[in-house]
Amino acid sequence: MDRGLTGVSARIRHWVQIGFTAVTNGYAKGFAEGSIYTGSSKAFCVPGLNCYSCPGALGSCPIGALQAVIATRNFSFSWYMTGFFLAVGALLGRFVCGWLCPFGLVQDLLYKIPLGEKILKVRGDRFLRLLKYGILLLFVLLLPMFVLDLAGQGEPWFCKWICPSGTLMAGWPLVMLNEGIRQAVGFLFAWKSMILIVLIVLSIVVYRPFCRYLCPLGAIYGMFNPISMVRYRVDRKKCTSCGDCQKACRMNICVSENPNSAECIRCGACLSACRTNALLKMSFPAPPKSLAKE
Amino acid sequence: MRSLKQTKTTKNKTYDERAAVNRIRQRLAPAVVLFAGAVFMLAGIYRGEMDVVLRKAINLCLECIGIG
Repeated sequence: MDRGLTGVSARIRHWVQIGFTAVTNGYAKGFAEGSIYTGSSKAFCVPGLNCYSCPGALGSCPIGALQAVIATRNFSFSWYMTGFFLAVGALLGRFVCGWLCPFGLVQDLLYKIPLGEKILKVRGDRFLRLLKYGILLLFVLLLPMFVLDLAGQGEPWFCKWICPSGTLMAGWPLVMLNEGIRQAVGFLFAWKSMILIVLIVLSIVVYRPFCRYLCPLGAIYGMFNPISMVRYRVDRKKCTSCGDCQKACRMNICVSENPNSAECIRCGACLSACRTNALLKMSFPAPPKSLAKE
Repeated sequence: MRSLKQTKTTKNKTYDERAAVNRIRQRLAPAVVLFAGAVFMLAGIYRGEMDVVLRKAINLCLECIGIG
């Protein structure tokens, strides 16, 4: 039985996702005119994968910003962005993916469409999950850092060749709204649109395929899951190993064995599913009292 | 019998102490990483990385859109 996140908790999560997406993409003028926001708030990054060329974006995308800094002549390492990932990772880990990422919200909504049979485990799942680390290493770090033009400037390889969030939030709206941009589209736009369309179709039957297999931001935040302030603990005295938490987990994680898996997006479905309250969420500023007694 | 009780108590204490150390570590780790993150960010701002981010973000990113 795939229960997912039940009732009120699921609704709260979706409203948080919608609210956060609306607030961080609240520049309505950009959507009306087919332009982007140019204010100073864009020096700061939002935690989720949110393209800074989205007409409504008020902040920067952390993956785009990282590539922008390391691709310049002056910097080969970004202290600013490394610090950002450390800080957000320590505070929230992949809670960002489950609650604050606009592209995660899109995939969540697509999965709700009652079309086809939902696939919980994809063939080659374990190997495919490693892809995101390869993408992080190659497309986000190495290629922008080492493949330079004559002026010594690199390119944001992930944004250019893969990022479906950029295509959805910036590419498609701007091509629709801006005549000049519409005339400039070519092979690259078609390639990126194809990636996005494949992911949209996949998201209807597979829960969050981009987050599972491709997202470099999820790969970074996932490394912080075991030490993040938002993390899960299993109370072994209460756990009956019934497996309800794993059945409820759409990311297909064995929660009772590995509650802080790098794949966990902290959606909370396992917490709702646990009948004995053996799963506990630890969050800032202090863990629950029952844990302190453990 | 007495020595057996003592050993048990000592073992329990060791276990409790270990658990306490683990708890402190678990609480301390995010704070240390958070602090390191803040220091790194300040270093980046001092080096002028924030300006690079701003410059990139306020100009249309052709690569992101898929035309550059």
